[in-house]
Amino acid sequence: MNGNGATLATRPAPLGLLGVLATVGMLFAAFTAAYLVRRTAADWRPVALPAIAWANVAVLVSSGAAVEAARRTGRGPWLLAGLGLGVAFLGGQLLAWRDLAGRGVFLATGPHGSFLYVLSAVHGAHVLAGLGALAYAGARPAALGTASAFWHFVGGIWLYVLVVVSVL
Amino acid sequence: METARPPASASALAAFFVVLAALTALGFAAISWLPVVASEHGPGVDRTIVYILVVTGVLFLVGHAVLAGFVWRYSRGGTPEYRPLSPKVEWSWALLPVLALTVASEVGVLVIGGPAWSQIYGETPAGALEIEVVGKQFEWLVRYPGKDGRFGRTAAELVHDVRNPVGLDKKDPAASDDVVLRGALHLPEGRPVVVRLRSLDVLHSFAIPELRVKQDIVPGHLGRTQFRPVRAGSYELACAELCGLGHYRMSGKVVVEPAPEFERWLREQAGWFE
Amino acid sequence: MIESSGHEGGHEAPRGFLRRYVFSTDHKVIGIQYFLTAVVMALVATVLAMLIRVQLAWPEKAVVAPETYVSLVTMHGTLMVFFVVSLALVSGFGNFLIPLHVGARDMAYPFLNMLSFWVIVPGCVLMLASFLVEGGAAAAGWTAYPPLSALGKAVPGSGLGQTLWLLAMALFIASFTMGGLNYVTTIVNCRTRGMSMMRLPLVVWTFLISAVLGLLSFPALTAAAILLLLDRHAGTSFYLPAGLVFGNETLPHQGGTPLLFQHLFWFLGHPEVYVLVLPALGIGFEVIAAFARRPPFGYRLSVYSILVIAVLSMIVWGHHMFVSGMNPYLGKYFSIVTVLITVPFSVLGLNLIASLWRGRIRLDAAMLFALGLVSAIGIGGLGGLYLGTATSDLYFHDSYFVVGHFHFTIGTVTFFGIYAGTYYWFPKMFGRRMDEGLGRVHFWLTVTSLFPMFLLMHYQGLGGLLRRTYDPTVYAYNAAARGLNLSITLLAFGLGAGQIVFLVNLFRSMFAGERTGENPWQATTLEWTTESPAPHGNWRREVPSAHRSPYEYGRNGGAEDFVLQSAEKA
Repeated sequence: MNGNGATLATRPAPLGLLGVLATVGMLFAAFTAAYLVRRTAADWRPVALPAIAWANVAVLVSSGAAVEAARRTGRGPWLLAGLGLGVAFLGGQLLAWRDLAGRGVFLATGPHGSFLYVLSAVHGAHVLAGLGALAYAGARPAALGTASAFWHFVGGIWLYVLVVVSVL
Repeated sequence: METARPPASASALAAFFVVLAALTALGFAAISWLPVVASEHGPGVDRTIVYILVVTGVLFLVGHAVLAGFVWRYSRGGTPEYRPLSPKVEWSWALLPVLALTVASEVGVLVIGGPAWSQIYGETPAGALEIEVVGKQFEWLVRYPGKDGRFGRTAAELVHDVRNPVGLDKKDPAASDDVVLRGALHLPEGRPVVVRLRSLDVLHSFAIPELRVKQDIVPGHLGRTQFRPVRAGSYELACAELCGLGHYRMSGKVVVEPAPEFERWLREQAGWFE
Repeated sequence: MIESSGHEGGHEAPRGFLRRYVFSTDHKVIGIQYFLTAVVMALVATVLAMLIRVQLAWPEKAVVAPETYVSLVTMHGTLMVFFVVSLALVSGFGNFLIPLHVGARDMAYPFLNMLSFWVIVPGCVLMLASFLVEGGAAAAGWTAYPPLSALGKAVPGSGLGQTLWLLAMALFIASFTMGGLNYVTTIVNCRTRGMSMMRLPLVVWTFLISAVLGLLSFPALTAAAILLLLDRHAGTSFYLPAGLVFGNETLPHQGGTPLLFQHLFWFLGHPEVYVLVLPALGIGFEVIAAFARRPPFGYRLSVYSILVIAVLSMIVWGHHMFVSGMNPYLGKYFSIVTVLITVPFSVLGLNLIASLWRGRIRLDAAMLFALGLVSAIGIGGLGGLYLGTATSDLYFHDSYFVVGHFHFTIGTVTFFGIYAGTYYWFPKMFGRRMDEGLGRVHFWLTVTSLFPMFLLMHYQGLGGLLRRTYDPTVYAYNAAARGLNLSITLLAFGLGAGQIVFLVNLFRSMFAGERTGENPWQATTLEWTTESPAPHGNWRREVPSAHRSPYEYGRNGGAEDFVLQSAEKA
């Protein structure tokens, strides 16, 4: 793969990132499998998604766009905007939880609701990690490529999760 | 460099491998460890086991003989040469184990094991006796449908250790004559049996080693297994899936008796609410 | 987020005891830390095993209580699989060897590496602490199947003990994931000049594949554990169905299925076997090459076999569930693919044996254990056929045949890999040799007790003896099988005694072993081109380049019969 005597690339970040994405991807794949199995049970009653969930998607997508702009232009304000929108997304998710709770859907009320809480919580943890990575990239711009890739992945995961919980 | 005799350690190791292989094979071949077999599909299971014993036995003996031989032969010194193999030679060497093991293992699964597997999980033969076995910590409960031949309704809320162990619904007319026994299973010789499996609490596994029967019982699922006892006698029912601290003592009795005797026995049993 | 160490040039050793030996980012120190942690956990796990054996040999004396017994088997399995073998073999040797083998000054992410170790330490503490809490340690088996593991009412150990078990496993997974990321990136991206993938020592290949398998399969257990925690503590019903009755009381759960957990667990559980076994095989290849003075037979073939095993291992998990009530056609599929794993495995086994052909074998302790490993692969691998074939598994499932089988595969093969590796790389770790005489005593005490012991368990399984049975005398049909219990227990004592010899040798040799030079075994791979013990940054001079295959043994001409991988071609 590498010619004799050639110097190897010493930038492990892309591959390390790929490893992270693979393992996080498998985590959500496992949850999807659990979801698919669990929904065949007789007690499955779909819960309507909170309206704010869709607004949250818009926030998350614009955050991704802002981070992308930061990566391309290297401008700090874009990164700050991306971070702010990311935090806003988490806040929005909390509001979505409140909406569910207000409708009497708690963690243990029914299986669909349980998955909504679990998936959004596990995803939220990855959003937090992504925010941390973006903040780190704010201090060390060399890491922005990696951090933004992770951020887009986390955003994509949420779109995927929404499709799973609303369509299936 | 080459010496006539290998060092003592090499002889010892080679001897160890040979003795290990020989004793292992002897242990499998000379003693019949399997309990008696008392079901129709049982010999099919045993045949599969014996087939694998023979195949793996040969591979095991030959492998260890070669290993021992190499250890003994090539501990005498000598001057090894660095001669990497060409990919072609490598692949042709691999062909032998690939072919041998693919054939040997799939013959075991499909040709030898397949028929018995289909017997256990295939269609139920006509005229089968249907009974229900309920597992709970740490006891087996057995239910016969009674004279009406129908299982009555049960409900978890009605379960009471002493008064109503399987949770029979008194209001269901079909339930009143259901026979419920603790820890004992009576079966007619020669007639196919279908067992409905339920658990009240955790995982259990319905195992009758002499009948070569083993089926996990998963709470929330109505399980099922079928077999045909062909040999009258008294056998043991065991729980084969860890179910708690009393798992080891969750045993039961299986009585296989000639059909007329079984019928007589069944007639004598009163329904749980009778 | 995470950055490469760079390390080039700046490889000054840190000063101060804490930075050097405790919170070190040096992969060698971390590897040894993992190894020593595993030794401590192994001592605990061995004591548990001895208690199990005492109970089984003299069930009428009821040495332990039944609820303690189920905790013992649960914790013995958990500790051995995740906190002994995984830590010593994969985390320990993986950390120590990979940068030395690929020609890197350290792992790709040294800080992450240090973090991975300091995450596992609280994991070990939690696991051990669970023995002291009310209800005792987890008691639902190392597989932690719900409902048993989900309900404190089901078994005492499913109280706080099971919660601690789950938290400790979460820490283990986090640690293992960090390690795996480091392995993959280091092996792929930090190789020295000339170290093409097909010039990697085989053991590095096994670490690579093992890490990839770990990264892909462990998330399933993470998901399973999160859902189990919620079922336990938040009242959800992922695994718990309606109508569970405990003490005449019906639980309020609805609609869950315990089978979901089994699928998720084994999606991890089966690849985990290969995560552990493959590196042991890799060590076998290294040691056998060095002590037979021959390149391992069929390098390419071995690499491809490892890859095939990795792929197959991800799609066969259902063979642990043949009798769980799964669809019989699905069972047949799992059976058909499962037994195919014997094919690449037999290729690896034959390659190991063929590596001896026309060699000049020297039977040092490392080599003895490597050869024992070959035999154990044979027994373990062939034993797998009985369990992978659905029809015979029907009889063997949850019997002592399974216990004997996995003690050969994830027990013996891995432990022999660890032992062979320890005797072989000890000079590189500590600059001293382990005592050869004690090593031989250790080997002979081990093999003469271990092989008969676990083989007898196969007979017990054939006789129908069921595993996790506190008192087998409850049944009459297993009389012949359980009659072997006393012998097995005595052999277990012998095995335990043999390991004391190893521990004495290990700790004595650290301080009083004979000092060695760079390359005491006259081996070829890159770790032998630096001094022993290897310094911080691994090479004081420039990092060597790879100029040839890693195994040029038996080269004629010249005083030596080998050529270092770093030697330039003439």
